[in-house]
Amino acid sequence: MSKEILVCCGTGCIAKGSQSVVEEFQKKLSDGKDIKITPYVKKVGCNGFCENGPIVTILPDHITYYKVAPKDVEEIIGNLGDTPVERLLYQDDKGNRVRSREENPFYAPQYKIALRNTGLIDPGNIEEYIKAGGYTGLKNALQTSPEQVIRQVEKSGIRGRGGGGFSTGRKWRSCYEASADRKYMLCNGDEGDPGAFMDRSIMEGDPHSVVEGLIIGAYAIGASQGYLYIRDEYELALRHVQRAIEDARKKGYLGKNILGSGFAFDCEIVRGGGAFVCGESSALMASIEGKVGEPRVKYIRSVVKGLFDQPTVLNNVETLANIPYILTHGGEVFAKMGTEGSKGTKVFSLVGKVNRTGLVEVPMGITLRELVFQIGGGIPGNKAFKAVQTGGPSGGCIPESLLDLPIDFDTLKEKGSMMGSGGVIVMDETTCMVDLARYYIKFLSEESCGKCTPCREGLRHMLDILTRICEGKGELEDLDLLEELAITATKASLCELGRTAANPVLSTLHYFRGEYEAHIINKRCPAGACRELIRFTILEEDCKSCGICAKHCPVSAITGELKKPYTIHQDICIRCGNCKVKCPFGAIYVE
Amino acid sequence: MEEENKKGIQEVLDEYPKEQRHALAILQSVQKEYGFISPNSLMAISQYLETPISELFSIATFYKALSLTKKGKIVIKVCDGTACHIRGSAQILEECKRALQINEGETTPDGLFSIEVVNCVGSCAMAPVVICGEEYHGNVQIGQAAEIIDQAKGGVGNHE
Repeated sequence: MSKEILVCCGTGCIAKGSQSVVEEFQKKLSDGKDIKITPYVKKVGCNGFCENGPIVTILPDHITYYKVAPKDVEEIIGNLGDTPVERLLYQDDKGNRVRSREENPFYAPQYKIALRNTGLIDPGNIEEYIKAGGYTGLKNALQTSPEQVIRQVEKSGIRGRGGGGFSTGRKWRSCYEASADRKYMLCNGDEGDPGAFMDRSIMEGDPHSVVEGLIIGAYAIGASQGYLYIRDEYELALRHVQRAIEDARKKGYLGKNILGSGFAFDCEIVRGGGAFVCGESSALMASIEGKVGEPRVKYIRSVVKGLFDQPTVLNNVETLANIPYILTHGGEVFAKMGTEGSKGTKVFSLVGKVNRTGLVEVPMGITLRELVFQIGGGIPGNKAFKAVQTGGPSGGCIPESLLDLPIDFDTLKEKGSMMGSGGVIVMDETTCMVDLARYYIKFLSEESCGKCTPCREGLRHMLDILTRICEGKGELEDLDLLEELAITATKASLCELGRTAANPVLSTLHYFRGEYEAHIINKRCPAGACRELIRFTILEEDCKSCGICAKHCPVSAITGELKKPYTIHQDICIRCGNCKVKCPFGAIYVE
Repeated sequence: MEEENKKGIQEVLDEYPKEQRHALAILQSVQKEYGFISPNSLMAISQYLETPISELFSIATFYKALSLTKKGKIVIKVCDGTACHIRGSAQILEECKRALQINEGETTPDGLFSIEVVNCVGSCAMAPVVICGEEYHGNVQIGQAAEIIDQAKGGVGNHE
C-alpha cells in the first residue's frame, strides 16, 4: 500500500526546522529496506497552524502530527502501517489526542475554498494542481464568452478580499466595457497589513490558483498583459509564483494562443519595494511603472485609466484564488455560503493573545466568539479577553460586547472597523488600547507617502498626542483635538489609506475612552503596558531570595541578600520586564 | 572582505531592458548586491535608463527596501507587526539594542550588525519574530534575543 507523507514547508514551519524533517524522511525512507509500503515524501505549503509546526500529515490515513523533529521521523515511519505515534498528535481542549484534522478544534469548523489546495499539494508541481482540478476553471471560461465569465463572477457575489470589499464582478464588467487597444490585469500580492499573512500562504502553497485566477480575469476583461506585484520580502512566494508562471507557460496556459482558443495573455512578477501605500491601487500602478508609489486622485477610475493610462483591473491574491473555484463549480455554489451581502468564505489570520493562532478559512458570517473561543481556543494564561482588532491599520477595535457579531464586510464597517485583508488580532487585558492606537498611527505616519496634508501632518500630530498620553503627559483637551484631527484626515485625505488611517484612533476612543482617561487623569495604564506609567515591584511575601531576577537584570537595578526579599531600585530600572519573566515564583508584579 | 566576489554595476544593469519601469527592480538588485545604493550606482543607473538622477533618488528614498547607507553584514530585523507588538516586540528590540550597543537603523562600528525594525514579516502565528540574517526565530522570549545575537557573533567570527 502506498502512503504519502506531507511535510509542511511554509515559512513558519521552515523556521521551525521542517527542511531537516524532510531530509530525514528522505534519508530514512531510502535506506529502510524492511519497509514494505511505498511512502512518498512531499513538501507542501502552509497548513495555517504555524505555531504547532512543523506539521506532518500521513495520507490516506489522515493522521496529522505536530511539532515534528528529525528525531521523531524514525518512529513515524515505524508506525506508518498501524497505530499513530500518540505523543505527536494534537491534544484538544479536553486533553484527548486527535488523529485527523476533522477532529482538531482548530481545523474542524473551517471550510476551504481559497486555501483548498494549500498544504495538500506540492506547490512546485503543476501536475498536482491539475490533478486537484486545477485549470478546469480556465478551460470552462475559454469555452464561453468573456461576458458569460463575468456573469458567473457576478452571480457568485464575491467581493474583493484585499480591503475595500468592492464587487469583483462589477469591477470586471466596468473594465470589460471600457474600450482600449491594451488592457492590464494585475494581482496585488503586496500584503502590507501587519498581522495578515494569508496572501503569502496562498502564493507559497498554491501559486497556480492565483495565476489561473489572473488568466481568467484577463480573458474576461480582454487584457493581454498582467503583472503580479509581490512583496520583495516574500522570498519563497516569489520563487513559487515564478515557477508557476513558467510551468503554466510550458503547458500552454499562458502565451499567444492559450489552449487553442486564440486568446493571448502573459504575465510577469514585479517585486514590491516595501511601502504600505503601494497596496493602494493607483500607488501600486505607479510603482509598476517604475515611479514613486504615490496615489493619484481617482476622478477617473483605474478600470478606465489605470496602468500606463490603460484600463486596468487590480485584484487581491485571495480574490484571484477563489476565481478558478467559481468558474469550476459555478457562481451559485459559491453564493450559497456566507451572508446576504458577503458571499463565500474568508481567510482570517487569527493572531495575538489567543491559544491557537494561525490561518483559518471560514464562511462569512461566523461570529467573533466562534473565531476566538472555538477555533482559537480562547485566551492564554487565564487572562480576560479585551478586544479584537480587524482590518489592519485601516481597521478598528471591536470590544467584548460585540463578540456575537456575525462578521462580514458590512457589519464590521458598521461598527467602525473593517474587513481589510482579514487580520484578526486578539487582545487581552494586558494590551493597552492607547498604546495600540499609537502603534498604528506610528506605523501609518511612517508609511504615509506625504502627498496630501491631512494624512501627512494629521497623523504626525495624532502620534505626538498619543505619545504624550502614553507617557502620562496628556491632558483632557487632547482627546478633543485627537478626534478633530482624526475626522479631518477621514474627510479630506486623498486616498483610501488616508481616509481610513484614523480608524484605530476613532474606534478605540469610541469603545475604550475610559482607558484614555485613566492615562490622562490618573496617570495610570490599566493594562500595565505603557512603560512610563508602570513600575515593577517585588512582592516581599512571595520572594524566595533566589537572586535569579538580579542575575538577569541588564542594568543591575535589583539588589538583595540571602533570606531577605530583593528590591528593585526604581531610579535604575528600565522596565524591560526581564525579571518578571525569569522569576520562578511569580513574585514580581506590575503596577 | 569579499568585495571582489561582487558583480560590477554594469553586470547588474545588463539584466534589465532599458525601460523606466525597471527602475525599482534595478535599485533592488543593486541593494541586494552591495547592501546599499551608492552615489556612483545612482549615477550609473541614471545614465543607463536615461532617467534624471533626482527621480531615482526620490525612488531610492521612498521605498523601505532601499537604503543609501551601507548596512551591516548581518541585519537583525525585529518584527513590529501588530501580533509581534502586542506580544512584546518592544522589549525584544530594547534587548537587541542593549546587546549590540546601537540604536535601530544603526550599524555597529565593525560593520557586522545592523538593527532594523520591520513592519510585519507575515509570520504572525509565531510572534514575536526576530530575523537574524536570513534565519527566522519565532516565539522569541525576553532574554532570547541576546542569545540569538551571541550565536550570530560566533558564526561571523568563525568565517573570518
